[in-house]
Amino acid sequence: MTNAAVHMEGQLHAPAHGAVATGAVHAKGQQHPIKLYLVVWGWLFVLSTCSYLVDYFGLHGYLRWSLILLFMVLKAGLIVAVFMHMAWERLALAYAILAPPIAVLVFVTIMVLESEYTHFLRELFFATPS
Amino acid sequence: MAETALTHPAEAPGRLPGWRGIAADWASDQRAFKNVSWGKAMMWIFLLSDTFIFSCFLLSYMTARMSTTVPWPNPSEVFALNFAGKQIPLILIAIMTFILISSSGTMAMAVNFGYRRDRVRTSALMLVTAAFGATFVGMQAFEWTKLIIEGVRPWGNPWGAAQFGASFFMITGFHGTHVTIGVIFLIAIARKVLRGDFDVERRGFFTSRKGYYEIVEIMGLYWHFVDLVWVFIFALFYLW
Repeated sequence: MTNAAVHMEGQLHAPAHGAVATGAVHAKGQQHPIKLYLVVWGWLFVLSTCSYLVDYFGLHGYLRWSLILLFMVLKAGLIVAVFMHMAWERLALAYAILAPPIAVLVFVTIMVLESEYTHFLRELFFATPS
Repeated sequence: MAETALTHPAEAPGRLPGWRGIAADWASDQRAFKNVSWGKAMMWIFLLSDTFIFSCFLLSYMTARMSTTVPWPNPSEVFALNFAGKQIPLILIAIMTFILISSSGTMAMAVNFGYRRDRVRTSALMLVTAAFGATFVGMQAFEWTKLIIEGVRPWGNPWGAAQFGASFFMITGFHGTHVTIGVIFLIAIARKVLRGDFDVERRGFFTSRKGYYEIVEIMGLYWHFVDLVWVFIFALFYLW
């Protein structure tokens, strides 16, 4: 493990020395080619068009739900990973930010069960008999 | 996962892979976020708290929609626009989505040019981003006006479940406020970039701290988050 750490350190420092050597002393921080952003931008357009077409063609049922959620998750992942540079941050930060929203999913589960129960009671007692 | 970016090469020590690295970063009286400045870490933590706020709005919308016995108004028809005698579903919302995504693209490039210390391009791209944002807010104002004229109120609407109006105004209103604040934030930072504040490390008016180009990236995080929230609103409110 110690060897691995030393090796990692060597790798991490190598680009910095390279930058100094080429004279680009000020170029620190998140540096990625512009092309990467343009590609992600293009994909976000494609995915948005796809999710719009789901509505345009009036798909329904589980197909609609799964497609909408799929496109939503893909878009969110691209924005967080590339535009917000999360893919290049240390795991200590990435997990600290990305893990807590799992609690929201637990909350979603609770509220789905709760609102189904409320709906059941309303059907039972308040809805006009059809 | 790609290799960790070096924000401060001199300070960032080597990283152990996986969970051992996380434990090492968080343990033994260390700074937990090693290659990230306090400003960036605080922006991320703020965005996390904002995530919970928007989650609560979307959750209450979901609960209202799932538990009501009255049919929910069909967003596909409510947000349709009439073009040349044809009803096109959700077209305004789709255009707003593309505008916000484009603004995210220009923001990402502004961050890139900021770290290259290209003042003119950075501030120009930030102002383009601000213009996209302002357009978005304008279209939202148009949408609100249209719905209010048609009789949508927080307590009722002509098409179905009464909670539709409250959910719509709360969620899109809060998001629009975020976009508006972002536009102001963008213009303020773009002015500083253009004036060269970050080249001479001029001290800030409020904080008296030296300014660095990293603020462009921190600003970008906020802006991308606004776009990110819209992805969820678009999918869960308009398309559901």
